[in-house]
Amino acid sequence: MSERSLVAIPAWNEEDSIADVIDKVRTHQPDVAILVVDDGSTDLTAIRAQESGATVISLPFNVGVGGAMRTAFLFAQREGYQALVQVDADGQHDPADLDRVLGGLSDADIVVGTRFHPDSMYFVGGPRRWAMVLLSKALSFMNKGVISDPTSGFRSAGPRAIALFAVDYPADYLGDTVGSLAIAIRKGLVVRETPVTMYFRQFGRPSKNAVWSALYLGRASLAILATGLKSNRTPRSDVA
Amino acid sequence: MTPNLLAGATAVITFVFVFYLLRRGVLREKYAVLWLFFSGTALFFAIFPGALVWLSATIGVAAPVNLLFFTTVFLLVLVSVQLSYELSRHEMRIRRLAEEVALLQQQIDDLRDRDEHE
Repeated sequence: MSERSLVAIPAWNEEDSIADVIDKVRTHQPDVAILVVDDGSTDLTAIRAQESGATVISLPFNVGVGGAMRTAFLFAQREGYQALVQVDADGQHDPADLDRVLGGLSDADIVVGTRFHPDSMYFVGGPRRWAMVLLSKALSFMNKGVISDPTSGFRSAGPRAIALFAVDYPADYLGDTVGSLAIAIRKGLVVRETPVTMYFRQFGRPSKNAVWSALYLGRASLAILATGLKSNRTPRSDVA
Repeated sequence: MTPNLLAGATAVITFVFVFYLLRRGVLREKYAVLWLFFSGTALFFAIFPGALVWLSATIGVAAPVNLLFFTTVFLLVLVSVQLSYELSRHEMRIRRLAEEVALLQQQIDDLRDRDEHE
């Protein structure tokens, strides 16, 4: 299963945690190829990743998780990988779950690792929680199947999803998580979920602070609405 | 007569400035044409204020100056939207290029590595 699989790690200034994440991935999945997309880091992220034996693609400037992931999907498509798993560089995701997230691709195009399940330690509160519930409801309705954690960055993509995301992967805030799922569902791809463990951040600061959380709902709704209203053809200007 | 002189002078300066930018090749034709047209129209009404009065009366706008302001604001909004559109397109294209450059760089490094091992 994991022979033509690629673990893609988008990383922006994660020199403290990147090597550890790569080592853990290799321990759990010795056969997968590991790609680090260095999203314009100004620290030693790229060098640390190279030292750990990962393939490194360095973007000339910071383009956001969406742009970094599209680069990964382009790479996967051109190199003929059959599966791509996204893992965060800050050590929040447990590589022990890779088996389940990858394995789920046998009957789905996309498998999202959900942090909300009975055994989970993960908790969010306040406006952010309401927003996540609303997003989950909207996407689950579109999908005709439950997606309880649409903002999870721990997810895998099969060949059909790789081909789609290599061309069309949103770069806006929340586009890389919520928006990409909406696009996939609209194109008729099968999206499933599987429970995963969520660790608290090893190093670095969370990418969304309290102020962002308050704006979360509006922006997230906009992301879904924009996808819903978007015409179904591939964006012209965005294609090479 | 002074307001008309002011309007006329502004129009002429804009016209000459845009033309200068166009000749130097700094401004692309598709944008230059628009601004030349704007300043040309403004110059026309500065020279013949009667035309504006006549036009307002024909359309049914009580104060000619309102017609002027309305049209100007409307056209400027159109231009802003067009510029936002162009900007979005360029951001997308630059991002795309950055992705391609990064992928190419990785391929070059890969080939170089292979070369050294041989």
